[in-house]
Amino acid sequence: MVDAVTYDVVQITLLSLYVSGSATILGSLIGVPLGAAVGLKEFGGKGLLKTITYTMYGFPPVISGLFIYYIFSRAGPLGDFGILFTPTAMILAQTLLVIPLVAGVTITSVSEVDKNIKNTVLSLGASDRQATFTVIKEAWVGVITAVMIGFGRAIAEVGAAYMVGGNIEGKTRILTTSIMLETRMGHFGYAIGLGVVLLIVACGVFLFMRWLQERELL
Amino acid sequence: MSEILRTEGLTKEYAKKIAVSDVSMSVSEGDIVGIMGPSGSGKSTLFRLINLLERPTRGKIVFDGNEISTSSPDVHLIRRKMALVLQKPSAMNRNVFNNVAFGLQLRQVEKGETERRVSDYLERLGLTESRERNARSLSGGEMQRMCFARSVIVEPKLLLLDEFTANLDPQNISILEKAVRDFVNQGGRAAVVITHNPFQAKRLCNRAALMMNGGIVEEGETLRIFNNPTDERTKAFVSGEMVF
Repeated sequence: MVDAVTYDVVQITLLSLYVSGSATILGSLIGVPLGAAVGLKEFGGKGLLKTITYTMYGFPPVISGLFIYYIFSRAGPLGDFGILFTPTAMILAQTLLVIPLVAGVTITSVSEVDKNIKNTVLSLGASDRQATFTVIKEAWVGVITAVMIGFGRAIAEVGAAYMVGGNIEGKTRILTTSIMLETRMGHFGYAIGLGVVLLIVACGVFLFMRWLQERELL
Repeated sequence: MSEILRTEGLTKEYAKKIAVSDVSMSVSEGDIVGIMGPSGSGKSTLFRLINLLERPTRGKIVFDGNEISTSSPDVHLIRRKMALVLQKPSAMNRNVFNNVAFGLQLRQVEKGETERRVSDYLERLGLTESRERNARSLSGGEMQRMCFARSVIVEPKLLLLDEFTANLDPQNISILEKAVRDFVNQGGRAAVVITHNPFQAKRLCNRAALMMNGGIVEEGETLRIFNNPTDERTKAFVSGEMVF
């Protein structure tokens, strides 16, 4: 019995890490360059774009879930992919939540880098891409903070994962959806235990990211 | 001496202001040209145009025999033949060695050669003991010397120095002025210096120009500009009546 419970908890925890980790990586791969481009380039409508990005911090997870549900449902435009109620759909839904946070914090971080750094790097013969990369490296601590916030959003959300994952045991059940289910069933002790596991997982990931911040590995 | 830089009718207009107006000048090998003028007269914008950080509204820039003012996808390759030292020194968040080596790393200079050249420049500019320090912890004078080393180590044909000794003590000014002379004396190179200090222009530059309201008022050999100016504004400047 204990072994079965342990097995379940390990499986749920690993799936949580896989889904939220993948969403954070995907969201960061999109959000960091997007944020850097918005933060460093001057163009018409930049202020409006920044406001929209910051507004999306409050993007409700259920709306993200609804969007993914709609486009990947049988009647939806991408229904043929058949990914609804799979971890892939959960990753996509969480990615939508991660992107604005990572992009927004990256915009702020690169904007705070001394403007002269970019000009200096360009004047030394860097291409635009090399100069942008250098500025991102200068904003390294802020960029990692952006990724940490993105991961925090993904690992803690429940609405989107529930909608597009379905909380299927052994397939799409993750820590947050499990906590919700166990609480409804009155298994408060088990739910609290899962909550503690969730916090320990988050703590481990944040410790790793803090290590990255201090090492400036880029 | 062959010409390194020529501008013809160079103009930069913004929505509400003409920053640089019809500037024509020529810089040849061995020249150290001083550009003097009050704040807001367009000196720094002129440097940004020459360094292709901004595009001119009108006019032509010929650098090293090629017209560079028209759009080019390889603008960074053109910039690699010139270097700009900004008035406000800026250090990247890494140690002094890696700051100075930055331009060489961009050019993929071999590691041993990079080590040799950086060590050489750090010694010349009195920064050897600071090589492992984070560059952001340097004093103002050390930081400006590091920025200078970072720019000249890539051996540009043209060195653009924007008030590079502003707010420095006489010792640091002397070190940097000597480094500029050494750089130009190596041959095939030239420097253009923006300065508010007429004494510095006299000490350092073989040619000088006075810039006001975006345009060049008068330009010529430094001694002639100071001893026999033709424009009233230049006369006022060299006599000390016009203080920037």
